[in-house]
Amino acid sequence: MNAVSPQKDFLLSVEGLTVSFDGFKAVNDLSFYIDENEIRVIIGPNGAGKTTVLDLICGRTKATSGSIRFRDTELTSLKEHQIVHQGVGRKFQNPSIYEELTVFENLELSFPRGRNVFGALAFRRDAEVRDRVEEIAGMVFLHNQLHTPAAILSHGQKQWLEIGMLLIQDPTLLMLDEPVAGMSVGERLKTAELLHTIIKDRSVIVIEHDMKFVEDIAHRVTVMHQGKVLSDGSMTHVQNDPKVVEVYLGH
Amino acid sequence: MNAMSNPFFTRSGWLYLAILAAILLVVFPLALDPFRLNLVGKYLTYAFVALGLVLCWGHGGILSLGQGVFFGLGGYCMAMFLKLEASSPENTAIQSTPGIPDFMDWNQVTALPWWWEPFRSLPFALFAVIAVPVIFAFIIGFAMFTRRVGGVYFAIITQAVAAILTILIIGQQGYTGGVNGITDLRTLLGWDIRTNDAKTILYFVCAGLLIASLLLSQAVHVSKFGRLLIAIRDKEDRVRFSGYNVAAFKIFVFCFAAALAAIGGAMFTLQVGFMSPSFVGIVPSIEMVIFAAVGGRLSLFGAIYGTLLVNYAKTSFSESFPELWLFAMGGLFIAVVMAFPDGIAGLYNRYLAPHIARLLGTMRKRDAEGHSLANPAE
Amino acid sequence: MIGDYTYSEFFSILAMQGFAGLILFSVFVLMALGLAIIFGQMGVINMAHGEFMILGAYVTYLCSNFVSNYAPALFPIYFFVAMALAFLASFALGVLVEWAMIRHLYKRPLDTLLATWGLSLVLQQLYRSVFGAREVGVTLPDWLMGSVALTDIVEVPINGLFVMGLTLAITVAVYFIMFRSGWGKRVRAVMQNRIMAGAVGIDTRRVDRMTFGLGCGIAGIAGAAFTMIGSTGPTAGQLYIVDTFLVVVFGGAASLLGTIASAFTISQAQSTMEFFMSGSMAKVLTLLTVVIILMLRPQGLFTLKIRQ
Repeated sequence: MNAVSPQKDFLLSVEGLTVSFDGFKAVNDLSFYIDENEIRVIIGPNGAGKTTVLDLICGRTKATSGSIRFRDTELTSLKEHQIVHQGVGRKFQNPSIYEELTVFENLELSFPRGRNVFGALAFRRDAEVRDRVEEIAGMVFLHNQLHTPAAILSHGQKQWLEIGMLLIQDPTLLMLDEPVAGMSVGERLKTAELLHTIIKDRSVIVIEHDMKFVEDIAHRVTVMHQGKVLSDGSMTHVQNDPKVVEVYLGH
Repeated sequence: MNAMSNPFFTRSGWLYLAILAAILLVVFPLALDPFRLNLVGKYLTYAFVALGLVLCWGHGGILSLGQGVFFGLGGYCMAMFLKLEASSPENTAIQSTPGIPDFMDWNQVTALPWWWEPFRSLPFALFAVIAVPVIFAFIIGFAMFTRRVGGVYFAIITQAVAAILTILIIGQQGYTGGVNGITDLRTLLGWDIRTNDAKTILYFVCAGLLIASLLLSQAVHVSKFGRLLIAIRDKEDRVRFSGYNVAAFKIFVFCFAAALAAIGGAMFTLQVGFMSPSFVGIVPSIEMVIFAAVGGRLSLFGAIYGTLLVNYAKTSFSESFPELWLFAMGGLFIAVVMAFPDGIAGLYNRYLAPHIARLLGTMRKRDAEGHSLANPAE
Repeated sequence: MIGDYTYSEFFSILAMQGFAGLILFSVFVLMALGLAIIFGQMGVINMAHGEFMILGAYVTYLCSNFVSNYAPALFPIYFFVAMALAFLASFALGVLVEWAMIRHLYKRPLDTLLATWGLSLVLQQLYRSVFGAREVGVTLPDWLMGSVALTDIVEVPINGLFVMGLTLAITVAVYFIMFRSGWGKRVRAVMQNRIMAGAVGIDTRRVDRMTFGLGCGIAGIAGAAFTMIGSTGPTAGQLYIVDTFLVVVFGGAASLLGTIASAFTISQAQSTMEFFMSGSMAKVLTLLTVVIILMLRPQGLFTLKIRQ
């Protein structure tokens, strides 16, 4: 069917997306497209609707109207866990990990096997699981902390752990909401390095405020303002777009 | 540390199991007269409920204040079979309609209602003991969890369900025995369950089933399902966005707890010889929560010891200072929540387990494993 | 003709049944108002709410005895004093309970539920020890006795009318306190954003304590009103607690109007159904309907955004 499709095959096509909370349109007739293996950064002032867009894609918020197509699947009608099964992974702004469990257990729970009730009851911690958990723990700098309860990790380590929990799912589209927020300078550098390795072979949507970081990784930048796309294109393009300058500096 | 594999029990866990089995199957039967042993057997039936609550509430964060509903439904299913057996036409010849339960006759019911009919069969009754409460739990769980009703709302609604069922049972006395319940149960397939010998045998059946239920619960706890429960309690959204259908997991654990409660209810009926709405309603349901809380809401062993302890205290208090019991019970609720939320198991883990571990020469296991516990000496 | 009744008899019965529903409605509203403040605004489950109500009832009972023994001349108006004292007693106990228990448990709502249940057991036994297990009733002043005949058949009791009037007055008062006064604004500010409210100089702990106390105090008034239409026993509060919670949840926890509408719906449904079937089946059907609606619409009938 790809051959007859009138449009280019995007990995993700967001079209006419609108969500309204009691009349307030947090996202208003938004459209954008993500290619396979593209790194897209969404920037914009506070309240622009950036996080809401990620919430809409991963199913946390239901769209009022519009469509979100992921390959050939319409995501707006799916439940959260079904969207994850399609290959969409989401990292939250504040580290969202299981504090009561160890690093190993946190990663193991994210391993994409035994995801239904009886699968979880029958799940065995075999060599494949162990190897994969250790591999990911190594990537997110936590290989020495496998059996540490997650509650006592530092803020930065918790962020890494959550990134690790996404990586072990091996998502096709990875969505990161301010991955370096609240990190020390050292942690920031390490995270940038980590992101460079994990964004290979997959598409990524990142929300970030750190412009240097954005410049460093973005293939393409989308600037959002008041629930709409204000500007869209390369970093240099948006930086020189008068509308963007107006929004960021004009007030 | 050997957290790479997930043992069914830690070394001390096996020891606790052995101690529990020794207490239930050897010490109590040898030390107690048949009357007291039967009383302990009655306490143990509540421990089934407490086990379910540990998984559902302690680990999963789902507080049900309606476990008495499932305990009662299990108990009533058993009682209906026993009552029909006790209501043979010969036994009930003096009634205006012989062959139906006495309370129906007293209430001018002249024919056995159709839904009583299948309970003439023991296999059906045993099936219903589990199936009726589980189906009921599934309906409640499905309606609530798929709509993301949780926390205090779930607690209040389960409490309302307990209230509704109690009023219904009491109101429909012609079909249910009303406020007195289903009484005067005599034989199980001709075997008289009222004799001391029968009660002793039933005690062993109950204790055996309880240990089996403990092992089954432990199997759930050590599986990935068990860790997911804790994850759901802590960060429900993260679990959902790791690709799990959270509602299905909650429904399962709620039904599992309901099934355990139902087994407890059926064993209660067998050992005590009747079932009544006073084990269904709001008050018994919330008391069952406190059994689990006193034992330690995270500990399966704790649930059993907590149930025994609270019920023992209740019996002794009610015998000697009945007016003090409610003060003690109320104080227990407040104290267990405010002062020691992890119950006996928490106290044991903090103060006793390290010493015992040193004595055993084992490494102390992480508390979060939650299944280390039990103070056999209480 | 409808069955054995003439039309006028039938409508009279409906009217009286409706009036019985209105009295039930008034009691529900009075109990639910306090709970709506505590649960709706603070998100705290107070299972001892019924016992706070009973405290008010016992205070009224004591006043009634005291006045009839020592100051019979004041008897016709004692009830107003009793109501004020009932409010104060329940308010004071509420403040004490908030300080000793509730404030430590704000982050653990399920545990609050268990702890306040424990409190309710303690209070019940306390009442039983002090006042005895038997139900007590108060003597009403003459002007509250008897009934007004609206038609030949329809009669409405005066005490019922009084309770309805009282309910209306208290509802209006609560509305003004919560939604029109500066204090109410502070309460809502704290509940919506505790940190920010604290940052702009609101003493959030004091607001918590006073809000809880107010909710309990209103329960005390409900108890005082309750003595006019029924007798009081140590466990009378527990009979109403689940119904009251359903009223509040059904109405949409944070909405005053929702609470009132839901109390109206539930009480009218119950008293109307009681005409057609036994009281217990009417109650079962009412509660069951409420539970089923809550399963379909968990946020309640009239929803505002609830504290996250």
